[in-house]
Amino acid sequence: MKTKSQVQINKEWDIVGARQMGRELAKEMGFGTVDQARIATAISELARNIYLYADKGAVTFEIEEDLNKKGLKIIASDQGPGIADLSKVMEDGYSTSGGLGAGLPGVKRLMDYFDIVSEPESGTTITTIKWVR
Amino acid sequence: MRIPILKLHNYLLVSIQIDLDDQTAIDFQEDLLSKIHKSGSSGVVIDLTSVDIIDSFIAKVLGDVVSMSDLMGAKVVLTGIQPAVAMTLIDLGIHMQNVPTALDLEQGLIKLRQELEE
Repeated sequence: MKTKSQVQINKEWDIVGARQMGRELAKEMGFGTVDQARIATAISELARNIYLYADKGAVTFEIEEDLNKKGLKIIASDQGPGIADLSKVMEDGYSTSGGLGAGLPGVKRLMDYFDIVSEPESGTTITTIKWVR
Repeated sequence: MRIPILKLHNYLLVSIQIDLDDQTAIDFQEDLLSKIHKSGSSGVVIDLTSVDIIDSFIAKVLGDVVSMSDLMGAKVVLTGIQPAVAMTLIDLGIHMQNVPTALDLEQGLIKLRQELEE
């Protein structure tokens, strides 16, 4: 069974909207306070990347239910310029926007599963999952 | 939205009690620096007890405002960082090593007084 919800990212305030929705969902699913903060922070980083680099996109939430585990899947997708060098953006401290360069490597550490697909000129999709412990 | 900045003797006190969006954070940075300038305050405590998320952007803004205030001659102490926020920041790889912190507002004021040797 999958429950889906989505937040469109068009303006800066949508970053806050997306992370609040994600935190609410995480709370309902039974995640502890620390994991709720991890999830909300990961969403914030992903949504900001969409806003900064692609202008607009969406963050989609899916509840993943397996036989013995339950998780929150977060998909951040955009049709932006894509990422030319994927290995570079996964390095700590690498940033093209004057930020801390903590975003994507940070999200990978905050979540249990992380996958990135990016095509220059056609967009980026990042899929992450956090399992309820 | 503007974050209130309160003056107490020669200190400024700030308690952030909203979910910070990027613009509010940047406005706060400017507001705090101009308030330091106008009031001639020598110390600032920014209390983060009610903040339940600090992402890399907010961390950068907070770290920067500490360095900027330092340039102006005012010491800033961050207080009340929640356990979940501290764990998340370390996961993100953000250590904020040059940022003075304290457990709560009271400890923050003690730390400021020591730093300023009053």
